[in-house]
Amino acid sequence: MKYLKFTLSLLLIALAFYGLNTKFGSIPPIGKFLNPYTGIWQNETDETISGSVYIDGLLDKVNVHYDAQLIPHLFAKNETDLYKAQGYITAKHRLWQMEFQTYAAAGRLSEIIGEAALNYDRQERRQGMGFGAEQAIEKMKEDPETIAYVEAYAEGVNSYINQLQPKDFPVEYKLLDYRPESWTIKKTALLLMYMTKDLAGFDSDLEYTNALRMFGKERFDLLYPDFYEINDPVIPKDTDWSFIDVPMTETPVGKFPLDTIASTLDKPHPDNGSNNWAISGQKSYSGNPILANDPHLGLNLPSIWFVMQLSTPNHNSFGATLPGALGVISGFNNHISWGETNATRDVLDWYKIEFKDKSRMQYKYDGQWKDARLRVEEIKIKGKASYIDSVRYTHHGPVSYDKEFKCDDELAGYAMKWSGHIGGNNQKAFLELNKGKNYDDYVKALKHYTAPAQNFVFASGEGDIALWVQGKLPNKWKGQGKFLMDGSNPRHDWQSFIPQSFNAHTKNPERGFVSSANQHPVDESYPFYVFNDGYEPYRNRVINNFFNSKDTFDIQDFKDLHNNNYNLKAAELLPYIYETMDVSALTNEELTILNEIKKWNFNNNIDELGPSIWSIWWSTLYNTVWDEYEVNNVALKAPFSFQTIHLLKSKGDDAFMNIVATPETETAKDLFLISFKKAVKSLMDWKVENGNYNWNDYKSTYVGHLLQDLPAFSRFNVTIGGGANIVNATSKNHGPSWRMIVEMTSPPTALGIYPGGQSGNPGSKYYDNFIDDWAAGNYHSLHFMQSDTKTDAIIATQTLISN
Amino acid sequence: MNIKILNFIATLVLAIVFSFFLPWWSIMLAAFITATLLSIKGVAVFFIPFVAIFVFWVSYSFILSNTNDFTLAKKIAILLPLDGNAYLLLIITGIVGGLASGIAGIFGKQCKTLIKK
Repeated sequence: MKYLKFTLSLLLIALAFYGLNTKFGSIPPIGKFLNPYTGIWQNETDETISGSVYIDGLLDKVNVHYDAQLIPHLFAKNETDLYKAQGYITAKHRLWQMEFQTYAAAGRLSEIIGEAALNYDRQERRQGMGFGAEQAIEKMKEDPETIAYVEAYAEGVNSYINQLQPKDFPVEYKLLDYRPESWTIKKTALLLMYMTKDLAGFDSDLEYTNALRMFGKERFDLLYPDFYEINDPVIPKDTDWSFIDVPMTETPVGKFPLDTIASTLDKPHPDNGSNNWAISGQKSYSGNPILANDPHLGLNLPSIWFVMQLSTPNHNSFGATLPGALGVISGFNNHISWGETNATRDVLDWYKIEFKDKSRMQYKYDGQWKDARLRVEEIKIKGKASYIDSVRYTHHGPVSYDKEFKCDDELAGYAMKWSGHIGGNNQKAFLELNKGKNYDDYVKALKHYTAPAQNFVFASGEGDIALWVQGKLPNKWKGQGKFLMDGSNPRHDWQSFIPQSFNAHTKNPERGFVSSANQHPVDESYPFYVFNDGYEPYRNRVINNFFNSKDTFDIQDFKDLHNNNYNLKAAELLPYIYETMDVSALTNEELTILNEIKKWNFNNNIDELGPSIWSIWWSTLYNTVWDEYEVNNVALKAPFSFQTIHLLKSKGDDAFMNIVATPETETAKDLFLISFKKAVKSLMDWKVENGNYNWNDYKSTYVGHLLQDLPAFSRFNVTIGGGANIVNATSKNHGPSWRMIVEMTSPPTALGIYPGGQSGNPGSKYYDNFIDDWAAGNYHSLHFMQSDTKTDAIIATQTLISN
Repeated sequence: MNIKILNFIATLVLAIVFSFFLPWWSIMLAAFITATLLSIKGVAVFFIPFVAIFVFWVSYSFILSNTNDFTLAKKIAILLPLDGNAYLLLIITGIVGGLASGIAGIFGKQCKTLIKK
């Protein structure tokens, strides 16, 4: 009897231990997770921001002053210490996020999440994210100073990690039951690749190849023009390009592979973009140039940005940093200010590869067989055996598509050519901007910058404003890279790059302002070939019209413009619809809705009904126009909104307007009515389920936690207007991830805010405390300290001391 | 002193001491050791360590969380999901600790019985 009891109790205790110490699916190991001395209750705290901390290898002490927003102001005696301290302080507040993002870039999420992330990881590997990071490190190593700082940053992060006990791990580690690993220079390179992919990883070449094959060249050119009918480019139209004296690349004759491609890699969010602008002293209320920037990215917690002041006796910079990268990315120092928008250039092309045999280790190039290189990619999976997904590399780049991935042909594949693989010392560009004193320093700093190509806006205390479209950009022949190219034809390779000094730019233009909003960089007069691969044609015009509307502008004007909700897209189509749509067949309910939207003045404000009606009507209309694109097993990208609206208004009887599935022949006018009726029905269904469809409720903006918007750590129903293609670009889960306004007084006066908080800990009151102010269009004034002396605005000071 | 009260105090003290250097399962060790040293009978074998650790974990968690307005506890109570109720999370925490140590208490008792013959 007692043996039975003993055995039973042994079983019971084993079961209890195993059950409480093991992660089951998404349920964390509950004993580990809930106990008060190493579990989540230990994360129920704000960070310690006073006292002294010992850090390995500091040369001198570093003071870290925190203001009421938990913005750290770092005062170091030299730059090595500064970047070491930046690494330490960033890790202290954002460790889990900075590591998670590099796992994501490297295609290693399966290690922490399990098999659910395998498809994502494979895509990262097949796009050569790790390869690109290694290329970047090679370039960084050419500059001993850069690599020394990047190493110092890594040591700073590791000093923090090494001080942690399991009880101190950020809560996400406890939830997923893993622990932080050491930070390396490769992780910084991977973080920069993460941004490169987000901003320069978009292309539709394979989709366009399908469209070209299906519709023919003439129709294709109508649907996807290189330039829209209206173009208000980044670099003003009257710019003189006569200084460009290099020959353009000649278009080769020969065949292009017109393959049928069933499906393609996942793409970054199409709305990834930004606004920036700067006005000259003449256009400024105070005589000082004023600059603004707001990068539009996914709205996430912890936020992609971490705000810091970084100071040594030689320089003093302030602004938004990227956890994982060094220096300030969008910000200012005592002399200059800078910010970025995405240049949206086509720097990603595809080449068809013909392999010699089933080993796929040789491919045809210039009439011969050339060796491919094999890169072994081992994807570790939590709780499972590793998945080996090795990728072949050609001189173009990785063969992303082959018989193992989205391609049926054993002897074929598509290789990727991407500026993200070239390698570049992008980090140095930012380090130099942080120290820059004038226009020449800014131009010099940009020369190091390769990818993702950005529109760098600039303003200086000396009174200069400028904007350079900077990146390493291929000098393409007309039409190059729109479609799948022939990987065996040397003339299809990228032949050269646009010499850096010929990158489109403008300094102190006559109009007194510079601006960019991801629109076309140039007009047709720029000699190099620039293809429209998704330029944004609305925000730029609202911004430029605003700055052309009066003589001088003040800070309130800048705030108003950031928060401008004018929906130019709707304003360019709806009046035409009201004129042409036949309303005789509308029901009473439909007429009511039509009258509601007719009352709308095209502002996407929170309490309006119009934006909700427009939103659903437009997406229905768009899908109805492009019903020809609903083809199974063919990857397609329907034309952009601007061209769709242009065709609806100017070619309303084009064959594309016809709905293929109906016996009648529809025109644009009919589509307006059909889509309106459908939209009203969907809207009424929505109303039954959710209630009032004012824009705020209908859009229901949220800021989602990086772990698949985990509801517990996300913020829902944020009250804010705006939308895609609007200057206030806040859509459901995407928008202005950082808003900054800098007036070039001496020292500069700056405002900034972002939809998040400085702490990455969901248990901290600083985790999401900026969101409501951000949504309301408020800003925090940035406390730009001029010396290492505590001021009234400082709530605590922590000193970092060498071990 | 009543052996039950002694057992309760011993479990609690050992658990607190162990918590400084051992992981979460140290409460099981505490209950096990106490059960082998201070023999009690019947359902108390389970319930004394259960209550001891329940009190320990709930009060320690409460102290940590109360100073921070239960900010994280409310979020974890959405995650688990307990409808955002931080008090419910406290009780669950106590039950988890109590259960583990109660079972360890039973095991300790059985070990002792086995050895004593």
